[in-house]
Formats: sequence, C-alpha cells, structure tokens
Amino acid sequence: MSCQLASDSILYANGIYRLVYEIVGVVLPCWVAYAIAGLVFAFILVNAVLLGAAVITWGERRVLGRFQNRVGPNRWGPFGLFQPVADLVKLLTKEDLRPEGSDRVVFSLVPVLMVAPLILMTAVVPFAKNTALASLNVGVLFILAVSSITSVAIFMAGWSSNNRYAMFGAARAVAVLISYEIPVVLSLLGVVMVAASMSLGTIVAAQALPFFLVQPLAFFVFMAGMSAELNRSPFDVAEAESEIIAGYHTEYSGVRFALIQAAEFGGVGVVAAIAATLFLGGWSGPWSEYLGWLWFLIKTGIIVFLFIWFRATYPRLRIDQIMAFSWKFLLPLAMVNLVVVTLEVFLLRGDEGVLTHTDLAIMAAINLAVTAISIAVFGNLIKDRVTFRTRQPQQVVVPGVSTIEVS
Amino acid sequence: MPVVQDLAFWVLSVVAIAAALGVVLVKDLFRSALLLAVVFISVAGFFVLLSAEFLAVVQVLIYVGAISVLFIFGIMLTRNVREGNVPNRLQIPAVMCASLLLVGMIAAAINTDWRPIPEAAAQMVDAAQTQSVAGPPAGASSSGYAEQDTGLAELLIADFVLPFEAVSLLLLAALIGGLALARSRGS
Repeated sequence: MSCQLASDSILYANGIYRLVYEIVGVVLPCWVAYAIAGLVFAFILVNAVLLGAAVITWGERRVLGRFQNRVGPNRWGPFGLFQPVADLVKLLTKEDLRPEGSDRVVFSLVPVLMVAPLILMTAVVPFAKNTALASLNVGVLFILAVSSITSVAIFMAGWSSNNRYAMFGAARAVAVLISYEIPVVLSLLGVVMVAASMSLGTIVAAQALPFFLVQPLAFFVFMAGMSAELNRSPFDVAEAESEIIAGYHTEYSGVRFALIQAAEFGGVGVVAAIAATLFLGGWSGPWSEYLGWLWFLIKTGIIVFLFIWFRATYPRLRIDQIMAFSWKFLLPLAMVNLVVVTLEVFLLRGDEGVLTHTDLAIMAAINLAVTAISIAVFGNLIKDRVTFRTRQPQQVVVPGVSTIEVS
Repeated sequence: MPVVQDLAFWVLSVVAIAAALGVVLVKDLFRSALLLAVVFISVAGFFVLLSAEFLAVVQVLIYVGAISVLFIFGIMLTRNVREGNVPNRLQIPAVMCASLLLVGMIAAAINTDWRPIPEAAAQMVDAAQTQSVAGPPAGASSSGYAEQDTGLAELLIADFVLPFEAVSLLLLAALIGGLALARSRGS
C-alpha cells in the first residue's frame, strides 16, 4: 500500500511532511500516515520552541553577564550549557501553589494559552526550503492573529490570580500590547507590499536584497515594537520587579511558572525567527540550498542577540514614556515608511508588477536616507516629552514662619 | 478528506454552541467573556472549513485580539463581577429584542437559497476570499498587473469604496468622541 499526497493539499509543498507521509504510507493505511506525519511535524515544532527557549535562557544569562562585566552561569556542563536543565528540574520539584480565592480553571489554563500561540506561529515559518508546515497564503496575518491571543491569556492570568499586583501587571501588559500592535502591523504592511504576498515562503523568495536594507525604517519599528510586545526591558513595566513584584505571573510557581517562562523566552526565539524570515532573507544564503537551516539559525541567533543587546543597554521606561514612544514616535515612523514604500512600489514596478534587483537597490538607497531623516526629526520632536523632568522644589514664603520646602 | 471535514465541522459546532450557551448561563462575567472568545475562535474554524482563510485569520485578529480584550477591559473596571449580572428593569425589553433577532435570523436562514453556486461564481468567491490582499500571488503574473484579479483589495477599493470610506469616517468620529470623553474637564 502506498499513499500519495494530493498536489492541491496545503501540506504538499512541505518536503519533510511529504517524505514522512510516503514512507509511513508504505506500511500503514493512509489516514494513519496522515496523522503520524502531522505528529512528527508537531513534535519538531514544539521542541523547536521549548528547546529554543531553554537555549535562549542560557544565552541571555551568559550574554547579559558579559555585558554587565560578570561571568554568568558557567558551572554545569561546558560553558554552563546544562544550566536550563538544572533550572527546569528545580522548577518541576517545587510545590505547585494556587492562591486562595483564585479562579481554578482559568488559572490553570493560562500557561497552556501562553505557549500554544507561539507553537502555532512557527507553523508558517519556513526553516529551510519547503519546510513550513503550512505555507498559508495569509501567513503574515496568521502570525499577527495568533499572537493577539496572548493578550487574552495575560488578562486571564491577572484576573484569576486574585492579586492586585497581578491585575496591575496584566492591565499594563495589555495596554502595551495594544499600543505597539499598530506600528508593528503598519511596518509589516510595507514588507507585504514589496513582496506582493503575505506568504512567508514568497516573502523569502522576494528578498533578492534583504528587506532590512530595503526598508530599514520598517525593520527598526518592528524590532522596537516587538521588544515591547515581548515585555522585555526597556519596556518591561508589566513585570517591573521594583513596582509590582512580577506582574501578571506573580502567583505562578513550579511547573506553571516554568511554562510561562518558556513562553516568554520561546517568544523571543519565535519572534526572532519571524524577523529573520521577513527582514533578513530567511533561509536563503550562499553556497547550497541544503544549508538553508544553517543560515536560518544564524540569522535568528543574530536577532536574538540584538534583543539581548537592547535589554542590556537601556534602563526601564515609565509607562507614559512607553506610550509616548509608541504613539508619537513609532507610529509616525511606520506611517512615513508606509507612504514612502507605497510610492516607490507604485513608481518602480514594471508592467509585470515585479520589482527587479535594481529597483530594490534604488529603494534601499532612498529608504536609508528617509530613515535617517525621519528618525532624527521625530526623535527631536519627542525628546522633551520623554526626558525625565524633575520637579524643582518650590520656595514657599509664609510671613512669620521660617522658609519650608515643598517638593 | 470529507470525513475529516465532517468531523471537524461537528466538533466545531458542538464547541461553538456549548460555549455560546456558556456565555449566557455562566454567572461569572469574566468567564462568559472568555467563552465568547471561544465562540469567536470556533467561527474562525468554520471559515477555514469554507476555505476562507483570510476571513478566518481576520476573525481571530479582530474578534479575539481586539473585541474580547475590550470586553475584558470593561469587565475589569466593573465592580462585583463574580456575583454576576444583577437583574434590572431592562429584562423584558432584552428578551423581546433577543427573540425578534432570533426570529429574524431563522427567517433569513430559511429563506436563503443554499444551493451550491455555479463554477464561475465559485471561482470569483474563492479569489475574493483567499487571495492575498496585497496583490496577485507570485508565479501567477503571466498577464499585466492591472488585469489580475486582486480579490478583496479590488472589491474594497473599487466596487465598495463608498461604504469602506463611510466606515473609516465612522471610526474617526468614534475616535474623536472617545478622546473628548476621556479628556479631563477643564484642561
């Protein structure tokens, strides 16, 4: 018995899936092969996210250590590589606490709802040639839609914990998520316009010149917006330890805390993979197309390093500064990028509707200048809005009483 | 695989109806808001079954990502949520409104011609629903850019431009209204 995947199936373009399907299909009935191939791929994706999260926790602590002129975890295994395993064992053996008066069902659902969207997002990312689980024609929108479920999960965590600080953290986190969604979506619109497709595979193919050169402004807005959406420093008011303990996951411990942490660091990995696909050319690279996975990993690693670098460099912003940064700085930049890219695509594309390599190079040259100018202009406009203004102590003069200071 | 599709349809239907009942019957308002999100996701599943991926994705993006979050924000700012909705004088009008709506929807469902549409129309619908909003799919650029059927984008910007712009005007008005309400008095 042998099975053949129908060529109009959405999974047909996926080389690995087809291979597993046909090999299993030789010995087992087709519907079993269908399920097994799906499970194999799901196994790969789940492990990509969770193991990626483990590696990123280690990498982040090591790199942060270097940035802060200390060593970081280096005892267990070569370069401390087994540290995540030790952390995980510690978290798994901890007591699984649930606060009194919490909403049991909602409370327990949160860790799952935090991790699931990340794994779903990886389903449309091509790791190498023809390896995206489903090359959806609405890939970019799919990623945005699935990632928006996270805000509901954060609310659930904050609400069900029965804890003021968790509630504050959730409200802050969702406020940040909603405000930064808009510039990020607008920056992705530019990418979609140049590639003339929302499928991630086609976007990779369209990058004869990587899009971070063609649209540096979109890349900047995307990276800044995504650092905010991932709740990372300098935008981590949602879990600011000095103000609200740990934000929405204050009450979580043990394995639930481990899952939320995995979602947080896995999120960095997944977003880095998406950024590498959309802006750095994804799996495409020199030499052989069978080395796609290597280029993809290297590019993802570069983006992860950038995220850690941001985190190590900037101090935490206040919530009003974060809002101002989104609405008064990133949003205008995204708009400028959108208008400029629209005009360029409209004027430069040929009769076939295709942008050639030269067109992309021209766009890159114009957009680099636009980026420099608009960041300078809007940065100048917002400067006194976000600088810290100390209130000068006022001299209050009351007749007959010695001078007091009111601050 | 029609069997799998049937199975998916029944699972989605059961989940959607159970969650919809839950929205009405559960006492905790926060939980009903979450169940409403489940209903929205099941509806997105129906869109996928009808091979309207674009609509499905937009359904999740708008309804789960934005509308549910708005509901939850609203609930969060309400006091005594866990005691549920306190009955008030609007109960009878609400029942009448809901019944009228139900009757209207059932009548619409009965009167709709559910026969499958002809092949040519099916292709048009398919193009409108599934094609990329940005333009024609790559690799299909045999004819000129202008002649390509660009699906939703074409419909929105050419055929239905007036309603589209009217909606944007409505949104602008709502935005300004929100700002006016939120501005602190006296400043």
